Amino acid sequence: MDKPATPNSFRTGPDEQGMFGIFGGRFVAETLMPLILDLERHWNEVKDDPDFKAELTDLSTHYAGRPSKLYFAEGLTKHLREVSAAKGLGGGAKVYFKREDLNHTGSHKINNCLGQILLAKRMGKKRIIAETGAGQHGVASATVAARFGFPCVVYMGATDVARQSPNVFRMKLLGAEVRPVTAGHGTLKDAMNEALRDWVTNVEDTYYLIGTAAGPHPYPELVRDFQSVIGTEARAQILEQEGRLPDTIIACVGGGSNAIGLFHPFLDDKDVRIIGIEAGGRGLDGIEHCASMSAGAPGVLHGNRTYLLQNSDGQIMDGHSISAGLDYPGVGPEHSWLRDSGRVEYVPILDDEALEAFKLTTRVEGIIPALESAHAIAHAVKIVPAMDKDQIVIVNLSGRGDKDVHTVASMLGMEI
Amino acid sequence: MTTRIDRRMAKLKTEGRPALVTYFMGGDPDYDTSLSIMKALPGAGADIIELGMPFSDPMADGPAIQAAGLRALKGGQTLVKTLKMALEFRTGDNETPIVLMGYYNPIYIYGVDRFLKDAIASGIDGLIVVDLPPEMDEELCIPALKAGINFIRLATPTTDDKRLPKVLQNTSGFVYYVSMTGITGSALADTGKVAAAVKRIKGHTDLPVCVGFGVKTAEQARVIGANADGVVVGTAIVNAVANVLGPKGEKTADPAEAVATLVSGLAQGVRSARLAAAE
Repeated sequence: MDKPATPNSFRTGPDEQGMFGIFGGRFVAETLMPLILDLERHWNEVKDDPDFKAELTDLSTHYAGRPSKLYFAEGLTKHLREVSAAKGLGGGAKVYFKREDLNHTGSHKINNCLGQILLAKRMGKKRIIAETGAGQHGVASATVAARFGFPCVVYMGATDVARQSPNVFRMKLLGAEVRPVTAGHGTLKDAMNEALRDWVTNVEDTYYLIGTAAGPHPYPELVRDFQSVIGTEARAQILEQEGRLPDTIIACVGGGSNAIGLFHPFLDDKDVRIIGIEAGGRGLDGIEHCASMSAGAPGVLHGNRTYLLQNSDGQIMDGHSISAGLDYPGVGPEHSWLRDSGRVEYVPILDDEALEAFKLTTRVEGIIPALESAHAIAHAVKIVPAMDKDQIVIVNLSGRGDKDVHTVASMLGMEI
Repeated sequence: MTTRIDRRMAKLKTEGRPALVTYFMGGDPDYDTSLSIMKALPGAGADIIELGMPFSDPMADGPAIQAAGLRALKGGQTLVKTLKMALEFRTGDNETPIVLMGYYNPIYIYGVDRFLKDAIASGIDGLIVVDLPPEMDEELCIPALKAGINFIRLATPTTDDKRLPKVLQNTSGFVYYVSMTGITGSALADTGKVAAAVKRIKGHTDLPVCVGFGVKTAEQARVIGANADGVVVGTAIVNAVANVLGPKGEKTADPAEAVATLVSGLAQGVRSARLAAAE
C-alpha cells in the first residue's frame, strides 16, 4: 500500500464522516444509525461546553484521583543501566511511568467511563451496557453506573469470566449484571457482538458505553478525547520534571484507548518517537497472537474499518494473548491510520516477554503492573539499554496487576 | 433497466398477492445439502430467494442464524462457494430472483469490483448488506447500482420520516422493513404497528415493501402479507434445517424436504393474505 502524504498535523482527524484516511466510518445496521447520529449531535454539543468540562474535571480530580503521577522508575532505570553496562554499551535511558494504575478502579478505563456516563446522563438514557475483556472496563463501567444510579449490564466472554474472576466479583458487588458470552472463543470480540445485539434491541433507553477507541464514529473520537488527559498531563509533567519532551513514549495496544490517550497530545511533536505494543502472544508465525497491525489486514468489523486478524475469506479470527485486555482481533481505527501514515510504530511483544517484564517490575519497582501494561514495559526493557543515559522514555502504566495474579500464578505453575 | 426482482414483483402485483421471500444460509450444513435446499425453494412456493453469506461475527443476528453461519463456515463455505452455489442454481432456474444477504467484510476482502463482476456472472439480482447504512453508500451501494444489481436497504422502526428519504435514496428492487428493533428471530412485533409502518414507508416510495424479522408461521405470513408487498422468513427456515441435524451435525432427515414442507405452508399463508385484507 502506498503511504499517504504526510499531513501538516496528525491531530485533526476524524473527518465529518468519521474517517481517519480509509479507516473508521459508521458500518452499522440501520437500526443503530439514528442512535449514532444522536450520540454525535450530543457529543458535538458537550465537547466544548465549559459546564460539561468543569463537571468532568471535578469528578476526575475528586473521584478518580487525577492527575495521575508521572513517576521516575528509578529501580527499573538502574536495572536497565546495569544491563546496558554488561553489554558494554554504557547507556540506559531514564524510564518514567505514567501511573494510570493509581486511578480509582485501578486503570485508565475510568477516564473514559466518567466522560461517557455524563454524556449518557445528558442524553436522558436510563440503562448502561458495556463489553469487557480483562474486566477493567467492566469494573469502571459498573463503578460509574453505581455512582450515577444507572442499571448496568456487562457482556463478558465466558473465557474471560473464568480467567478474571476477581473483576467479575467486583462488578457484581457494584450492582452490575455480568452476562457471560459463550459464542466464538468467549473473549472480547464476542462480548462486543453481544453488546451490539443488546443495543440494537433496546434502542429507546440504552446507552452503549464502549470501552475502547473503536466502534462506529463518534466513539473512536470521543473515547480518545476522554483518554487524552493521559498524554496532556504527561506532556506537561515531563516538561516540568525534566524541562523537555521525552525521546520515546510507549503504550500497549489492544483496542488502543490508553495508547491513543497517551499518544494523541504528542503526535505533532515530531522528535518524539511513538511506539504502540501489540500482543504477540505465542508468536506471529501462527495464529496465537493479537497483533492485528503487524500481521492483519484492513477490514470491517464492529462499526469501523481497521486492521483485523482475518482469513482470506474475510472471516475474523480469534486471537490469543496472555492478557485478556489485549485479546481482540482488531484495533481502533486511528491507530490503523497512524500505522499507515508512519507516525507511530507498532511492534509485538510475546506472552513470555510480558510475563518477564511483569516479574521484573514487581521486583525492582514494587509495582505490580497489569499484564497489558507489562507488554509496554517489556518493550522498554528491550530498547532502553541501547539508548543514551540522557534520553527519556515514558511508559504508560495503564493499570494495576492485582487482577492478573491468578493468571500469572498458573503460568508459573503455582497454586494460590 | 429491469431486474428479475422488478419483473417478479410486477408479476405478483398482477396476481394480487404478496411475495414470499425466503432466507436460508448458504453452505448450511454443507454445500451440497444447502444447494438442494435452494433448488427446492421455488417449487415449494418461494418467490424470491435470499441467500445468506455466512460471517464469523453476525452482529444483527439472533442465535439461530449465528449458529447456521458457524455450521456453514465449519462446513467450508466461503464467498467463492456461495457465488458458485447461485451459479449452479441458475442452470435450472433463470427466473427466481436471488438476493445475497450478509455483512460487508467478506465482500470487502473479496474486492468490490471483482465481487460485482462475479455476482452478475452468477445470476445475482440484489444485495442486502446489513452493516452498510446510506452514510457508507460509496463503498458498495453506488458501484452495485452502476453494475445493475439492486441494493436493498433495511428500514427500521428507528428510521423516522426525516431519515427515510436518505435510506430510500439509492434503494432499488424492494425495501426491506425490519418489523422491530432487535436481532433476527425475535418475537413478532405488533402487526398493527407493522401495517402502519409499511403505509408510512409507502408514502415515501413506489418500491415494493417487504416485511421481515419475526415471521415464523403461515398465519403470521398471512397477517403481515395483508398489508405488505412481501413477507420475509429466515429464522424459521434456518431452524427447520437445524431441527433435522443431530448433536454431531449428522442429518436425521432430509433438510431440503423439511424446508420445502415449511415453505409450502408459508406460501399458502401469503396466498391467502389479501383475502385476509378484504375480511
